Formats: sequence, structure tokens, C-alpha cells
Amino acid sequence: MALTLGLAACGNGGTEAQSSDGGASDTPAASTVKIGFMGDLTGANAGIVIPPWNGANLVVDEYNKTNPATKIELVKYDSQGDASKAVALAQQAIKNDKVVGLIGPAFSGESAQVAPVLEEAGIPSITASATNTKLAENGWKFWHRVLPNDSVQGPGIADFIAGAAGAKNVFVIDDKSEYGKPLADAVRGQLGTKGVKLTNDSLDPAESDFSSVVNKVVAAKPDAIFFGGYYAAGGNLLKQLRDKGVKDAKFFSGDGSLDKGLIDGAGAQNAEGALVGCPCYIATPDVTDPKVKNFADSYKAKFNADPAIYASEGYDAATVFVEAVKAGNTTTDKINEFIKTVDLAGVSKQVKFGDNGEVVAKDIYIYQVKGGAITLLGKATEAKLG
Amino acid sequence: MLNDFINQFWPATIDGLAFGSIYALIALGYTMVYGVLRLINFAHSEVFMIGTFGAMFVPFVFGISSPLTGIALAGVILLMVVAGMLASAGTAVALERIAYRPLRKRGASRLAALISAIGASIFLQELFALLVIPNVFNRPQQGRIQMGLPRLMERTELFSIFGHSVRVDQVLVIVAAVGMMIALDALVNRTKIGRGIRATAQDPEAAVLMGVDINKIVRMTFLIGGGMAGVAGALYLISYENTYYYIGFLFGIKAFTAAVLGGIGNLRGALVGGVVLGLVENYGAIFAGSDWKHVISFSILVLVLMFRPTGILGESLQQARA
Repeated sequence: MALTLGLAACGNGGTEAQSSDGGASDTPAASTVKIGFMGDLTGANAGIVIPPWNGANLVVDEYNKTNPATKIELVKYDSQGDASKAVALAQQAIKNDKVVGLIGPAFSGESAQVAPVLEEAGIPSITASATNTKLAENGWKFWHRVLPNDSVQGPGIADFIAGAAGAKNVFVIDDKSEYGKPLADAVRGQLGTKGVKLTNDSLDPAESDFSSVVNKVVAAKPDAIFFGGYYAAGGNLLKQLRDKGVKDAKFFSGDGSLDKGLIDGAGAQNAEGALVGCPCYIATPDVTDPKVKNFADSYKAKFNADPAIYASEGYDAATVFVEAVKAGNTTTDKINEFIKTVDLAGVSKQVKFGDNGEVVAKDIYIYQVKGGAITLLGKATEAKLG
Repeated sequence: MLNDFINQFWPATIDGLAFGSIYALIALGYTMVYGVLRLINFAHSEVFMIGTFGAMFVPFVFGISSPLTGIALAGVILLMVVAGMLASAGTAVALERIAYRPLRKRGASRLAALISAIGASIFLQELFALLVIPNVFNRPQQGRIQMGLPRLMERTELFSIFGHSVRVDQVLVIVAAVGMMIALDALVNRTKIGRGIRATAQDPEAAVLMGVDINKIVRMTFLIGGGMAGVAGALYLISYENTYYYIGFLFGIKAFTAAVLGGIGNLRGALVGGVVLGLVENYGAIFAGSDWKHVISFSILVLVLMFRPTGILGESLQQARA
């Protein structure tokens, strides 16, 4: 990660040097607008925020290289996922840095606190990863998100479990968290409409022994298991399930478990074949779409890593701001109006926002662990199990 | 409901016994220190945490990444247990020397020692998250993220009870824990050091008059209690294959509960308390959801204390007779 930040810092330094050169030779009125990026960039969950930060950097650097009249400076706000820090940083962004837009905040908790502050100041924001459904129900005019929310994800995964995976007897486990419980409940609700036999349990993710859950699974003999929760508990749960002889039941989870940590926690052998749904689109090295391929290649060239979770959403969120500035909008109100009407082909999806700030495209993607790595299987509505 | 209970009774029993054994080993540390000093050593949870990392150090240094068998496996497990004991016992003795003895010498209240314990506990957690895990275990920026242990021992079935398999790792935990308990019981009841511990527990002043070196006895108490937590740490790590800087918290609370449940200050009570707690948690989870585990176990604790305020076995260390 130090390397990534170093690269980013280098990029910014180069940009400034260029802008002063450009100012001397080109139009003297070359100006810069600031776009913020807020999220957990150094804390415990930085692994899912650094990829969108990289993605955003990629767009902005590409744009600045074209030597435009108005350059964009991407300003980093490291909230560490802490809502109180995030609010203080948002005020700093508004009052001192005078940003004209914000990418983020990355998580739902901090978004709920920061969005009202931005709303009052009239700063448009696009989050690339906060998926809590309730965020869109506040009537905020300046808030947007570039991926579907949890109420889309749960039913999408449930349809896949009952459809392509053909499961008739499903065991649904949640971690009782603000994220895991609603997601698992959405899966339960949707599976209930499909005539699938359901068994439920919850676990405490702070614990390390899930044997009581595992024993219930063994007794229920399900052909699929869904876990609503984060990868740390998910990995341990999956390992203990396989150790107890639950070998044939397919293991499903949601975006909170879409991390290599799931494989590390369960062990590569136990995690093999595990399926994870996500409203996010991860460009895997084998993509064919030229736009996505181009994104994946330049990402890899710049950051020496394949695009990871939310990288393409971060790229798309930044693209919207870049296009807004490109079209001559440099004030917060004008940029917000631009966002309301934008309709462009992004890397992750067609980017178009509804009145409530939600992106119109509602695709859920299914990923599968193969050979110790997370690979894209396809859209939940189309993916087939091999 | 009853059908669920019948179906899951044996697996729940085996898991409960295995996990309860780990609780019991940790509970010994609480109970011994309480018996001798009338002090709840709340930093004992971190003694356990450090034990898991001490045990983790062995496979980390040898770079083991695939399951072992035979002599190599036995050797590594033994080394892990020893490393866990050394790390934990060392921590416990250092705690006593730095966090408790200065207070005790100045005749500070027990409340002051309690605050000191909580402070030491937070200090040790942060020390591991910020310095030890990133540097010693070469995990920069990952001090707070769970660290996994590669599989050392294949999960083979040893035998089965009514069609429910009992795995070799579960048997290892139970047998090792019971073995340690028997050894400790003999140590306290049969040896000179054990007599010193019992004497100090009964009446520290009279023990001094009889020529017992109290500081040495207190140090030994922390050493033995810490060593047991180290064994628990190694056994936990071998069977659950993960640990992190905060793992002591829940284990500490549960083990303390086990100690109180069995009768704090009573060594055999720690065993009984640990096993009862482990079983009750697992049986309770069959009826309610697994997330109700904690509610059920603490309700049982309250019920037991209402009718037997001194815990299940009640009798404490000072009344034990050789």
C-alpha cells in the first residue's frame, strides 16, 4: 500500500509541475477544481477502499494529462471508516479546501453522517461502495451512489441460489450486524417466495467457535448455505463447516465476504467453489469488452495489481465528475445538475442516476473461488454453474 | 425442538467439552490469583492472547505450510505448547512485577489494582496490534487483522459416538486439558510450592511468620496460571487456526465466568465451571439461535449464583487440604 500511495503522490506532484508549465505556455487562466475522495484508506477495512481510490486516481490523471483548461485535483480524506472523523473531514473539505464534489464516503455508517453535511453545503457526492438501502430514503438532492443497494443484492443472490444453483433446502446464517442481518433477511424473504425449505441461525462474529451453528447445518442437511456477514467470520465459518463434513452444500455470501480474506480464513481447499454475490463489477484479467479491458490494463500498469473490489465503481464515480468539469461545469450546483442528467457508458455499468440518487442499472454479479482466487462468473441473472 | 436436541446432542456435547476445556485452562489463572491475592487479574485475557501468538511463532519460524504427521506433528505441537506457556507465563510474571507488586507494596486498594489490570490489558492489546504483530510476524499494516495458522494436523475422525464423528483435534484438546488439570492439582496438593500457595491463600500474615516467601509464592501463582493460559492458547490455535490481538476479550470474560461458576478460588471448580459453561452454551444454542449463546450462559451463571453464591463447588483454595 505504501507503494500505491507513493505512486499517487508522484502523480500529483507531476500534475502540479505540468499545470505550471501549461500556464506559462497556454492560456494564462488555467484553473484547478478540487474533488474529494473520502473513505477508510489506512484502517482495518482499507482493503476495499484503496481500489476505488486507485480507480478514481486513474481517471483524474488521464484527464489532467490531456492538458485541459480546468484541471482537477483529487484530495484525499482518510476517515478510517469512523463517522465522527468523516464529518470533521467533510467540514474541512467544504470550508478550507472548497471541494466542488466528493467521491464517497466509502461506508454506509459514515455516509449517513456526512451526507446531511454535504447536503446543507450543496456539495454533490457519489459513493462507490456504501450499499445500505436507507441512505436513498432521505430525500437528499446532492447524494448519489453508483452501484445497486442491499435490497437489490439479497434477492439477486437468492434468485441465483434457487435458480442456477437449483437449491431446494437452504440454510441462511447472519452475523446480526447492520449489514449482514438485512442482507440475509432479504435473501430469506426472496427464497421464501420460491418454495425453498429454509433453516435459519445467527452467529456472533466476535466469536471464533461456530460449532453450534455448524451442528445445526449438519442436522439440516442443506444443499446451499448463505452467510450474510463479513469475510473474517465467513472464512472461519466455512472452514468449520467443511471440517465437520459439510462438503457438498454450496457456500454463498454477499459483498462483505468478497475479499481474499475469505479464502485465507477458510483455507484454499475449503474455499474452493464458494460463491459470492456483489453489486460491484470487478474486471478480471480475462474480460473481452474493450473499454473494460483498457481499464483493467491501465490499472494494472499503474498500480501493479489487478483491479479489486469497487475499483471500477471508483473509476466510474470519478468519470462522472471529470465529464462534468469537461463540459464546463465548475460550480457545485452546475455539477450536481450535470450528475442528474448524466447518461454515460461506464466501466462497471451504464451510469445514469434516478431522482433519489440511486443508479438505474441493477445488476448483481456472482463471483466464484477457483484455484484459490476470486473469479467472475457473470451477472446473477445469467451466470451458470459449471 | 426436542427432535433438534436429540439430533444435535452428541456433536454439541463433544464441541462443548472441547471448548469448555479451553475455558477451564484459562479460568485456572483467574481462580489461582484470586485465591492467593483476592484480586481479579483482568489482564489475564491478554495472557491468553499472547499465548496464542507464542504458539503461532513456532510454525511461523519453521515456515510450516502443509499438514504434518507422526513424530514431526507431535514435536511441533509440543513446541507450540511450550512456546505458548513461555510467552504466557512470562507475560503473567511481568504483569505481577510491573502492574501489581508496586501497588501491593504500597498497600493500595484492590480497586487500584483493578484499574491497573485494565490499563495493562489495553496496553498489551495495542502493543501487539501496533508493534509485535506487524514486526515479529511480518504483517505490516495488518496488526488488527486476524492471522491464520496453516493446517498442521489433518482433521481425521478418531471414532464415532452414535454416528457422530469425534475428530482427533477435539480429543487432543480435551485430553491435554484434563492432563494439565491433574498435574496442577497434584502440584498444589502434593508439593512444597503447593503448600506455600495454600498457606498464603489461607492467611498471608501467618504464612510469612511460618517462613513462606510471599513474593515468591505470588510469582509462582502468576507463573502457573499464565502457563495454563499458554497451554489453552496453543490448543485453541491448533484447533481453530486463527488469532488476533483482541481475541482475549471474549475468552477472558467467558473464562472468568467459568471460574465464578465453578467457585472462584477453587481449582477443581475452574474445571467444572469451564466444562459446564461450554456444554450449556452449546445445548442452549440448539433451542435458541446461536447468537443467544451468551445470554443463555450468563443467565445460568446468575441462576447458579442465586442458589449457590459461592459457585458450584464453592470450597475455595484456602480450605483445600492435602
